[in-house]
Amino acid sequence: MSGKGGLIRELNRNKVLFLMVAPTLLFFIVFSYIPMVGVYYAFTKFDFDGGLFGSEFIGLKNFEFLFKSGILWDLTKNTVLYNLAFIILGNIMQIICAIFLAQLTSKWFKKTAQSLMFLPYFLSWVLVGAFVFNLFSDLGVVNSVLTQLGLQTYDFYLQTAPWKYIIVFFNIWKGIGYGTVIYLAAIMSISEDYYEAAKIDGANIFQQIRRITLPLLMPTFILLIMFSLGGILKGQFDLFYQIIGNNGMLYEATDIIDTYVFRSLTINFDIGMGTAAGLYQSFFGFVLIMTVNYIIKKTHEEYALF
Amino acid sequence: MGTEVEKLPGVRRKKTGSKIKQDKATIAFNIIGYTLLALISIICLVPFWLIVAGSFTDELEIISEGFKLFPSTISFEAYRSVFSTPEQIYRAYGVTIGVTVAGSLLGLFLTSMAGYALSRKDFLYRNSLSFFIYFTTLFSGGLIPWYIMMTKYLGLKDSYWALILPPLLSAWNIILMRSFMKSIPESIVESAKIDGAGDFLIYRKLILPLSTPGLATIGLFLALGYWNDWFNANMFITTGDKYPLQFLLYKILSSAAVLQTNNGSYLAANVVPPTETLKMAVAVVVTGPVVLLYPFVQRYFVKGLTVGAVKG
Repeated sequence: MSGKGGLIRELNRNKVLFLMVAPTLLFFIVFSYIPMVGVYYAFTKFDFDGGLFGSEFIGLKNFEFLFKSGILWDLTKNTVLYNLAFIILGNIMQIICAIFLAQLTSKWFKKTAQSLMFLPYFLSWVLVGAFVFNLFSDLGVVNSVLTQLGLQTYDFYLQTAPWKYIIVFFNIWKGIGYGTVIYLAAIMSISEDYYEAAKIDGANIFQQIRRITLPLLMPTFILLIMFSLGGILKGQFDLFYQIIGNNGMLYEATDIIDTYVFRSLTINFDIGMGTAAGLYQSFFGFVLIMTVNYIIKKTHEEYALF
Repeated sequence: MGTEVEKLPGVRRKKTGSKIKQDKATIAFNIIGYTLLALISIICLVPFWLIVAGSFTDELEIISEGFKLFPSTISFEAYRSVFSTPEQIYRAYGVTIGVTVAGSLLGLFLTSMAGYALSRKDFLYRNSLSFFIYFTTLFSGGLIPWYIMMTKYLGLKDSYWALILPPLLSAWNIILMRSFMKSIPESIVESAKIDGAGDFLIYRKLILPLSTPGLATIGLFLALGYWNDWFNANMFITTGDKYPLQFLLYKILSSAAVLQTNNGSYLAANVVPPTETLKMAVAVVVTGPVVLLYPFVQRYFVKGLTVGAVKG
């Protein structure tokens, strides 16, 4: 089947199937593909009256500014470092939890622990904002405890140092149940025979984990890490915005590409610059995920995304 | 999770090897495991406890001593205040429930139709169309062009559609649905076709009933997304009457909006009106339904994750 003849014949043969998928295709055309044309804003000095093609074309000037002013470097550094912390610490915590959950014997305990660990995943990021307010504001729990211990209170909103840890903590906190479920499924697919054989050879439980569970979890671990690395330029907007909000004092340590783009749109009205930063993120994100997928295709073909 | 837990190696080992005395390593392992998991479980629960405790504290205690893990007073003043003029909360509840129900049902309908069409082996363009959908997760025009599309060209500023449309369809859900439907034996479709049934009839009468677990999982993912969404309201909604719950909570937390209460009456009496505790009470009222439903729906999410972890 080739060319237009094939398409028309197929359209005719599977009309109903085409109609069933059509609303979805229309959705992605309107909300994803047409806005891609809008990356043109990145090359203009945006003019509210001019619209998309009425604005003055300035070539790469927006990118040049972002690059030379150092903004792009700071944003990229923050985004990448935060994501690295999320990915590495998050996965390690999830693997540890999954290993213990799989081995402990009390059914009741396991069920309860798993339910509690999965709970944060269901809560909204706004509620995380409420936690942060309750814990770290002037009247927050941390300062109450400090006062009770007779110590100096600490003004969190004037200090950049603690927020890095708070952000990483809440990211791991919210995702721990989700990741544990995935690793637990991988552990459960390991054949019981390995463990039986190891026990006959006199291996204790730590040796079994080190010699059997961990090596067999490696492929899952590497794949999850690889795919996470592909998305390393994507920021968790909800997390940063609900915890930091528009507190300019803390930007140096907490501004990521997504929060910068959001401010360009809603506060600074710098459409050209914001679009340029967004395009930079999309473009290099695309290059990264393609590279990761290429590597996986070469090494573990069955796991490649496409 | 119940059935899967029984398959765990640990459980079986206890049954087969109960005669063997537990060695030192196993005892050490159990001590570390139970302690660590208990600790992590508590950490997952603590912030929630803090909010509930805060909401039941007396405002005066907060002002003089701050929020505490175990408040020394108990007061229902914050809740009384929230429900003294509950219209605003009820309204936000109405918006959230309406958007969640409408969005989840419509999203589920479109996702299942697309998933079904793309799972059919005799649909020639299924792979290119799947990639067309999948590609949107790889590259996007970014936030600003999307925002301009929504407001300038579609005119969705301050419209309920701005809350319903953005989370409606996701490439991830469609791929997940497609892999759910691929597991339905092809012979069912084929024999129905021989009997002269059309594709839509097959979808409605055969495929939908057979994919209820998949529909439940994706429907719940959609509903959770709608319930917890604050971002789209933040971008597009300007009228207070159209605020969904999470956005109302956000506004109250950031003190950008004050909950309409009859706090005016406190001016006469010598009492402090609840403001800090009120924020906590609203957080509890907004999150309550999710926590109450959580035990019943958790297993569908676990199922979705374990199916989704395998490539579609």
